[in-house]
Amino acid sequence: MLKQRVHRLALLATAAWGIATSLAQAGEVTFWTWRQEDKAVYTELFADFTKANPGITVKFEAFPTENYNTIVSTALAGGKGADVLHVRAYGGLEALAKANYLVPLTPANVPELKNLPADAQASETLRADGKVYAVSLAGQTLGILINTELFAKANVKPPTDWASFIAAAKILKAAGITPIANGTATPWMDAVFHSVFSNPYLGPQFVADVLAGKTNFEDKRYIDATAKLLELREYMPAGFTGVDYPTAQQLFSTGRAAMFVGGSFEIAPFRKANPALKLDFIAPPGPSGAGPVSRFFDSGFAINAKSPHQDDALKLVRYLGTPEFAAKAGEKLGNISSLSGVTNPDPLLGKVAALNATAMPYIMLVHFRYESPTGSDLLQDGVQKMMAGTMTPAEVGTMVTQGIAKYYVPFQKK
Amino acid sequence: MTRSKRRWRQGIWIALLLAPAFVIMGSFVALPLAAALRYSFYSFNGLAPVGFVGFANFATILFEAPYSGWTLRALGHNAIVFAALMILQNGLAYLIAFALLKTLPGHRLHQVILFLPVVLSAVIVGFLWKLMFHPLFGVVNAVLALVGIGAVPWLGNEDTALGAIIFTNAWHWLGFPALIFLAGMQRIGPETLEAARLDGAGDWVLLRRIIWPLVAPATTSIFTLTFIGSFNWFELPYVMAGATGSPGGATDVLGLYAYRMAFGSATTGLQDFGRGSALAVLMFLFLAVVSAIALRFLRRREMEL
Repeated sequence: MLKQRVHRLALLATAAWGIATSLAQAGEVTFWTWRQEDKAVYTELFADFTKANPGITVKFEAFPTENYNTIVSTALAGGKGADVLHVRAYGGLEALAKANYLVPLTPANVPELKNLPADAQASETLRADGKVYAVSLAGQTLGILINTELFAKANVKPPTDWASFIAAAKILKAAGITPIANGTATPWMDAVFHSVFSNPYLGPQFVADVLAGKTNFEDKRYIDATAKLLELREYMPAGFTGVDYPTAQQLFSTGRAAMFVGGSFEIAPFRKANPALKLDFIAPPGPSGAGPVSRFFDSGFAINAKSPHQDDALKLVRYLGTPEFAAKAGEKLGNISSLSGVTNPDPLLGKVAALNATAMPYIMLVHFRYESPTGSDLLQDGVQKMMAGTMTPAEVGTMVTQGIAKYYVPFQKK
Repeated sequence: MTRSKRRWRQGIWIALLLAPAFVIMGSFVALPLAAALRYSFYSFNGLAPVGFVGFANFATILFEAPYSGWTLRALGHNAIVFAALMILQNGLAYLIAFALLKTLPGHRLHQVILFLPVVLSAVIVGFLWKLMFHPLFGVVNAVLALVGIGAVPWLGNEDTALGAIIFTNAWHWLGFPALIFLAGMQRIGPETLEAARLDGAGDWVLLRRIIWPLVAPATTSIFTLTFIGSFNWFELPYVMAGATGSPGGATDVLGLYAYRMAFGSATTGLQDFGRGSALAVLMFLFLAVVSAIALRFLRRREMEL
């Protein structure tokens, strides 16, 4: 009798706990990202979402950038994870989509996809099935950020071609200003550095030839463009091989260096670090003029296929694809939205958006970061060694080509 | 209460007391090991295991370029780390332990100072020394400049980066082998050392001929721990040089390589649990086999000495 009562009580308690838990979580969607620094903005944007979708709240959770991939992949593999995920683009997206961890998005379930141009959709598409798995957030542009105050102080104009770039660097150095803030100690920055300075020498035709299988990275055009980087070493900080990304950022934001080679994603952090900084963004120097800049789409928003809140998650992702969200997020986060027709009122970002009209792809990310060893991993290793003087530009080209040839058939024939 | 009932109760008690340890070891050691072994035989589609591939992952990391070259390079660096730590860290620890044994004035304070870095986390130590080795703001270059030596980008130079991290490791852990050696030396009867002194043995002879054979058990422990630590090296190179073993792979070791292979580098690499697990399994087997052989040899050496 007593036993029966205990059992009944336990059953009731379990049921009550279950109901209480589900009530507490009803209408709550979790969102994971690596952008801890954007928490305030997302909180505001998610409040807008809740206002438009009463009863659905969004719980923001951020994880360190360097561990984000590991945390997300481990959680998803265990059938857990947030309802809506901030995901990478290109190869980073494919890793999750290939494993069926994400819900495919179609114009039927997410009509907002029509707001995205084809290249933005392609960045969040699994090539194998041609389906889109995330709503692209922003486009990023790689170029050169300059401190206009330091340029004025040294009485030098922002460069427009290679010759004027070297001349300006010489004058800045003579004035006791480090011309280029970047070092080579952080590998991913080396691939960025390479793309910025080599694209104006490569031109779009080279990319077309590589994609058509007509050439590879042992091409003279690629080796010559890569070799141009060696001319920049004397204008980088002393001991540049040991200067990492945070140090380069500090050198630039504190006004010790005049130029920072990086992306449009640096504009907001630099302004935050030093609101007095007089910033400009210029296209990299080419043989007979400036540009083109390099461009890519950097991330998107996807739905966890195992999410128990599919309907609410879908509503959130649809909201993240609206022009209202894109405009506000772009303005607050300092991004150039992926959505067609959404402009940023910030004049500097407006200038970057104008440069995008003639941009080239950030080759290694857009085309060769889908399989291992990635083009980025190979190139950054090679550039780091080349800048340290232990590898030649031709050896870099050969190493990159041979590594990519593991999976890229056109290179296997060459 | 019958005897069998008492035994039964006793058995339940023992099982209950052992259960937490079994659960913890099973969940955090045995299960991950079994999972890694299973994953090492699978190919992955993104993050999901899709097909049994036998020993293909092992063959790739051992015999297929560029992976085989990276594996060998990492293994070579681990071997350098082990040799350097045995000579620099443990050799110095042996000498320091002997100095402490002499109970010179202030030896207790020295003992504390020596052991202090050991209690710090490797992440803190790595971060601090990364700042000290900084090419622009680092203390090391500032001190060297005082004696007229030009600035060196310690962690950015392929020739010095691994050495700088090994030095940091030695600074961090020096107190540990020193303490083990000291404990071993203190177990030697004072009459033995006095008898040797009376026979005219100086410090060098004492260290080489008398103390060295008598601290053989301490040497066995230190050798084994240094070997396992060197081939499992991860935290310090990860904090000081990043997951890619920067610059240009000059600090890449098996731990970093396996992590990078399984989870991908921060933004540019891809995840491959199959190959990463295969490398982890090989590391485990290598460590287990070599440690077992070395232990057997060292134990025999202890008996002979």
